[in-house]
Amino acid sequence: MTDTTPQMTDTGPMGLRLKSAMPWLCAALLLLILPQIFSANATITLMNQMAITIIFALAYNMLLGQGGMLSFGHAVFMGLGGVFAVHVMSYVEAFGAPLPLPLLPLFGGFAGLLLACVIGSFSTRQAGTVFAMISLGVGELIAACSLIFVTFFGGETGVSADRTYGLPVFGVEFLRQSEVYYLIAAWLLLSVFLMYLYTRTPMGRMANAVRDNPERAEFLGYSARWVRFYSFIFSGFFAGIAGGLFALNYEIMTSESMSLVQSGKILLITFLGGMGYFVGPIIGAIVFTLLTTVLGRYTELSALYVGTVFVLTVMYCPRGLAGLLMMHEPAYRLGKLRRLVAPYLKVLIPVLVATLGCAALFEMLFHVRHAPPGDHEMRLYWVTFDSHSPIAWGIVIGVTLLAIMTTRALIPHIKDAWHDANTIDKGAS
Amino acid sequence: MTHALDISGLKKSYGKAEIIRGVDLHITKGERHAIIGPNGAGKSTLFNLITRRMAPSAGKVHLHGQDLNGLVPCKINRMGLSRSFQISNIFPRMSVFENIRCALLWSMGFRYSFWSLVDRSKPLTEAADAIIEQINLTSRRNIPAGVLSYAEQRALEIGLTIAGGADVVMLDEPTAGMSNTETDYIVELIRKVTVDKTLVMVEHDMGVVFGLADRISVLVYGKIIATGTPEEIRANPTVQEAYLGTAIKAEQ
Amino acid sequence: MDLLLVNLIDGLVTGLLLFMLSAGLTLIFSMMGVLNFAHASFYMLGAYFGYQISLYMGFWMALVCAPVIVGFLGAVVERYGLRRVHQHGHVAELIFTFGLALLIEEAVQFFWGKSQVPFMPPQALDFALFSIAGNAVPAYKVFMIFVAIAIFAGLLFVLTKTRIGMIIQAALSFPRTVEALGHNVPLIFMCVFGVGTALAAVAGVIAGPVLGTFPGMAFALGSIVFVTIVVGGLGSLSGALYASLLIGWITTFAASYDVGLADILNAIGVDQPLDMRNSPWRDFWSITLSQVGPILPYLLMVLTLIFRPHGLFRKGGL
Repeated sequence: MTDTTPQMTDTGPMGLRLKSAMPWLCAALLLLILPQIFSANATITLMNQMAITIIFALAYNMLLGQGGMLSFGHAVFMGLGGVFAVHVMSYVEAFGAPLPLPLLPLFGGFAGLLLACVIGSFSTRQAGTVFAMISLGVGELIAACSLIFVTFFGGETGVSADRTYGLPVFGVEFLRQSEVYYLIAAWLLLSVFLMYLYTRTPMGRMANAVRDNPERAEFLGYSARWVRFYSFIFSGFFAGIAGGLFALNYEIMTSESMSLVQSGKILLITFLGGMGYFVGPIIGAIVFTLLTTVLGRYTELSALYVGTVFVLTVMYCPRGLAGLLMMHEPAYRLGKLRRLVAPYLKVLIPVLVATLGCAALFEMLFHVRHAPPGDHEMRLYWVTFDSHSPIAWGIVIGVTLLAIMTTRALIPHIKDAWHDANTIDKGAS
Repeated sequence: MTHALDISGLKKSYGKAEIIRGVDLHITKGERHAIIGPNGAGKSTLFNLITRRMAPSAGKVHLHGQDLNGLVPCKINRMGLSRSFQISNIFPRMSVFENIRCALLWSMGFRYSFWSLVDRSKPLTEAADAIIEQINLTSRRNIPAGVLSYAEQRALEIGLTIAGGADVVMLDEPTAGMSNTETDYIVELIRKVTVDKTLVMVEHDMGVVFGLADRISVLVYGKIIATGTPEEIRANPTVQEAYLGTAIKAEQ
Repeated sequence: MDLLLVNLIDGLVTGLLLFMLSAGLTLIFSMMGVLNFAHASFYMLGAYFGYQISLYMGFWMALVCAPVIVGFLGAVVERYGLRRVHQHGHVAELIFTFGLALLIEEAVQFFWGKSQVPFMPPQALDFALFSIAGNAVPAYKVFMIFVAIAIFAGLLFVLTKTRIGMIIQAALSFPRTVEALGHNVPLIFMCVFGVGTALAAVAGVIAGPVLGTFPGMAFALGSIVFVTIVVGGLGSLSGALYASLLIGWITTFAASYDVGLADILNAIGVDQPLDMRNSPWRDFWSITLSQVGPILPYLLMVLTLIFRPHGLFRKGGL
């Protein structure tokens, strides 16, 4: 559930407005400062990628979290938006139309909107499983078409264009990564803001209502199908914006960007972050991008780890990371959040060791199975050792088991601390 | 003067089994009409047929003289007919306030608007709060509807039904499964919120029916065997034989 | 004519293979309301386990053992995974099985690597049974057809003639009533899930040697299987059979008859543009049927959903 309780404080309208504007001002400030702190080109590229993923994930969550529609083919909207934006770029380059680059993502957005209108006209009749199936079928269909219609989609090599085409906008030519960063950041802020406002409109509220109880919504005068349709096309629009930004950032769109893999990835990100909360997908996008980048640098098995984390999340923490954070709200309200810090720190160490131990076991097993014959030497956590030696296995298994047992032993402590932090003290108010 | 609700020759069959076997019913504006009948008489089915939750096999329903044939529930609701459900049908994850606000949106002209903000509309907030006040849930305003007690959920259900300002209100067993105090609370509530409105209700509790209704129809095996004021129904020998007799016997 | 016959046989093989998957998927869906995204992953597991077992004990033992192991795995997944997620609704279940599909693919890559493993048909069946106009029909293909038909017959027998089949059929339509009658519905669910996945594994073992055993095989076939059960009408076993055969034949025929769209366009009187390089429509002139073949099932599905939302082979509503 999104934060539904309206802010009913005694502050006047001005105070209210300032209070609700604060997070946005902070976000804008943060986006401005970030490239000054992390000025390396690689980090800026990473932040660009993150920003695009955030927009896409939020657009996806308009369907999944707010509208209750599970889509397995949402990447086609982003992909088509991107491809269209690339074509607009090359068109402008060839014919010199006076289109400033910062407006380019809009074209991607409209392409996504248009496609969503077409697909939504038949796919939003039902929600649930049937919708999921249609989205999968349509997604695969368009992904396959992108390999056939080479003129538009560019086939295997994709389509590309040069973003530094036309006139500089206020002297900015978008040659440097950091200039592109600020453009993407501006779009990020605008899109997130608009998508947040959407949740506060009658349509946004009714999308929630239809998700929870379509029949009741029908008997309140709203056609569930039209409500779904509107959610669908707006989601398509913002996915298209994300696609336009993607095209602008990488200057190339391939058919891979429309594949089931991409659609699955955005589902993963949204779910990981927490589909029930507006900030969920944002958290998900940041964590996922960081996780894959960091893991990808150190291990070949990053996809296995991410998959494991995903399945565990679905099973044990279906409200995602945002849900985990929100769980602490009652304790925070009671002002007793501090009492959880020490127990958390205490359990953090064995959990970390256990996780790293399990990962080490995977890595060693992988090395034993797939290293070239005779290559017994592997390097893990800055230690070089023989992956076939029973001693190494014994140590890793022993440490991991010990860590798991310690964690189990600490669980009652955590439970007590949790209970303590969530109950009102007697005597105190 | 046209009737609020005109039902003629309504039938519903599943294969060979006829559940509703030709119902004719005319409900005048402003009256409180109760439909009673033994279990399995088809009362809820009749409700679902009138509101197009199901399509009838034959027959017509007119609301204020307009044919409802082929309309979907949302269209019927917009024409001024609103209904509640036997099993509470609310938005459990939303707060009480949000529930009522959703019920108000269409009638207050927001339609499929994505350019206005609900929190900014003062009339909307005030109207929602007025209805919450009416159904005595002010103290529960910001609590998720799913955690309300059963009687409170039923009250919210009635709130959702009347919020849109429909002039024909249909309540499906509003007091089902309630204790005596809770029933009294709901009856008072119904009396309060249906002033100047047409009320059609299905009810099992005879106390509620005879206390609340202006007229009563008795539905037995898919047919209406009698319609009249509570006194007439009480005195009607066919009704006594078919229905009240068994009810009285069961009570003894 | 001869080519037609060969294609008919090939299409039948593909169709029956699809049916082995879609039968299990349909059974699981109609009983539990769960669309098992990972169904094709169990098919892949069947192929890989079959390969691993065949290395030590030969193909025939693999055909027996791999489905049993996979069926057991499936039951475990249902008992400890799906049942846990079930309380959060169908969307959560679908997401869970999707995650499972990803995880199984990664796990397969983890153990067997990214490239194809050399899973071969048994030598006893590695000969041409007969030939039609120079096109040899391998004995293995005929064997596949027989296995599929045997499974279909077995399934039909169990479902219509045995007591457990009656209970399953009843549970298909009225799970609550069946539970009220005192049957252990969760146990039935677990068994149906296990049997469904085992069926997929049988398909995996016999298809692995022909279609190739590689980590992408699950997703390659998985979406087609979904298309099949949607086209057949979600939850209808006979619909699944018809749709499987239809899609099997469509893809086979599309792959072998190389009709270009240009021929059709010429035939209906549309002229080819002279300057092909700059025409925005140039793709339409180079498209051939074999190119479009793989997307025809999806097209069929979208059309089915638009015009006959309850499935191509179903009369009336749900």
